[in-house]
Amino acid sequence: MSLLDLKGVSLSFAGSKVLDAVDFSVPAGRIVSLIGPNGAGKTSLFNCITGFYKPQQGSIRLDGTEMLKLKPHQVTQLGIARTFQNVRLFREMTVLENVMSGQHSRTRAGVIDAILRLPSQRREEVEIRRIAEECLSFVGITEGWEREATTLPYGWQRRVEIARALATTPRLLLLDEPAAGLTSGEKEELIELIRRIRNERDICILLIEHDTGLVMRLSERVSVLDHGVMIAEGTPKEIQSNQRVIEAYLGVEEDALDL
Amino acid sequence: MSIFDIFTNQLLNGIVLGSFYALVALGYTMVFGVVKLLNFAHGELYMVGGFAGFLVLSFLAPYLGPGWLGVAVSLVLAMIAVGFLGVVIERVAYAPMLSAPRLSILITALAVSLVLQNGMLTLTKGQYVPFGAALGFGGVKLGNLFISYNQMILVGVAAALMLALELFVSRTQYGRAMRAVSVDKDMARLMGINVNAVIAITFFLGSALAAAAGSMAGAYYGSLWYFMGFLIGLKAFTAAVIGGIGSIPGAMLGGLILGLLESFGTQLPGVGSEWKDVFSFSVLILVLVFKPTGLLGKPEQERM
Repeated sequence: MSLLDLKGVSLSFAGSKVLDAVDFSVPAGRIVSLIGPNGAGKTSLFNCITGFYKPQQGSIRLDGTEMLKLKPHQVTQLGIARTFQNVRLFREMTVLENVMSGQHSRTRAGVIDAILRLPSQRREEVEIRRIAEECLSFVGITEGWEREATTLPYGWQRRVEIARALATTPRLLLLDEPAAGLTSGEKEELIELIRRIRNERDICILLIEHDTGLVMRLSERVSVLDHGVMIAEGTPKEIQSNQRVIEAYLGVEEDALDL
Repeated sequence: MSIFDIFTNQLLNGIVLGSFYALVALGYTMVFGVVKLLNFAHGELYMVGGFAGFLVLSFLAPYLGPGWLGVAVSLVLAMIAVGFLGVVIERVAYAPMLSAPRLSILITALAVSLVLQNGMLTLTKGQYVPFGAALGFGGVKLGNLFISYNQMILVGVAAALMLALELFVSRTQYGRAMRAVSVDKDMARLMGINVNAVIAITFFLGSALAAAAGSMAGAYYGSLWYFMGFLIGLKAFTAAVIGGIGSIPGAMLGGLILGLLESFGTQLPGVGSEWKDVFSFSVLILVLVFKPTGLLGKPEQERM
């Protein structure tokens, strides 16, 4: 059974087709990678899933619920979280506050409670803080919680971003090039972290990644997008020997896919 | 009066004036923070808040009396009413313009300002309207300085409102959502934050604070006028810029500084009180030239 299901998703901007009748699914409990040459439409696909782009055609379902008409914050509330290629932490907020903000849709206290600072709101605030601390500890950030988030070293910021995504309590986590700009040591830690997120928190992972070594080691399924068309889907082994995939990559850049 | 007496007197005047400026400046800065709009209609909400307070008080005075109790209840009701008015203005006039070029929405704000001002001109026929509060003249004498209870209550209420706002913004989930929206709207959406709802809350709070200032000013100075929001709107804008527009502590600080600058500035040799506004707006120009990000604003670093 699949958690995320895309059927015939087509998206075009001013006449140019970005996604062309894409069928794609993420089976429950899996780590899935989406690869493809630059400009293939991978990030656009992410933007469709999270509700930022509205495809002209198709259907996008999470666990059977149609999401095509939902706004981004409703998609988040339904259980999809996402990180970006370039880290986008909230400036002028501490590490802890960044992660706490992730729980917005999980809180019950209303604005009135907050303005009047009712006891129920205060209790919830304590709970929000506890969950944020747990998410930070989970990704291995155990200090510097009160620092302004954007002053942390880059590799840490990436992990804070993942912690913040976890704080939204997603069922599916989308990672857009999570390894970009990391050292090889940090990449090992990232692989470990992604596996732990799936195994210990039961969250499905869908990642876009250019580091093919990492993709082949980590993923259980790989899908390949080229010029807005899904050209292959299979296990890492099957993808490595798929003729269309090799052509798609060789057509762009020689040896881009380290096969 | 000795120099010292003049100093303490002007200090007191400056703090009272600064409290009004700060309350109005907060709305300016909050709205700018979340939607990057200079809401030039904000001063009018101060004016409407004054009239709303007057209206409520004229209904309540027979029951609660025209003293501080009646004024306090009117103040709260005026804040709620004008808060909703602010939300309606945002929904009707600004929300459809949020994706339009920035100049369009700025002009819309000026239009809203004219609508409110001229609407009140028509209703009041341009007359001054007595607020109808009777607050008494008691106070405390410290040497040659007389501090009225009214001044104490006024400054106290303003300080309490600002403290409440600061706690709301820094310690609650909605406050964090507000800050998140002001930094990165798309990322905020990905946190499950309903950005439109946060914008509405921001307009509500900002407008309610302006209404609080308007009602208190009406009660304190005794009369209302349809044009009373114009100048304080500009002053509050100046205060917000001095403190760093978008920064909430900045607006409080900027309001206080502007109030003090005005009350002390008029005491300088050769500078009479008629020069007060010249003084404030010169400060605005100086800040814009030498420190456009204000005292507490952080320079926006453009990523290359």
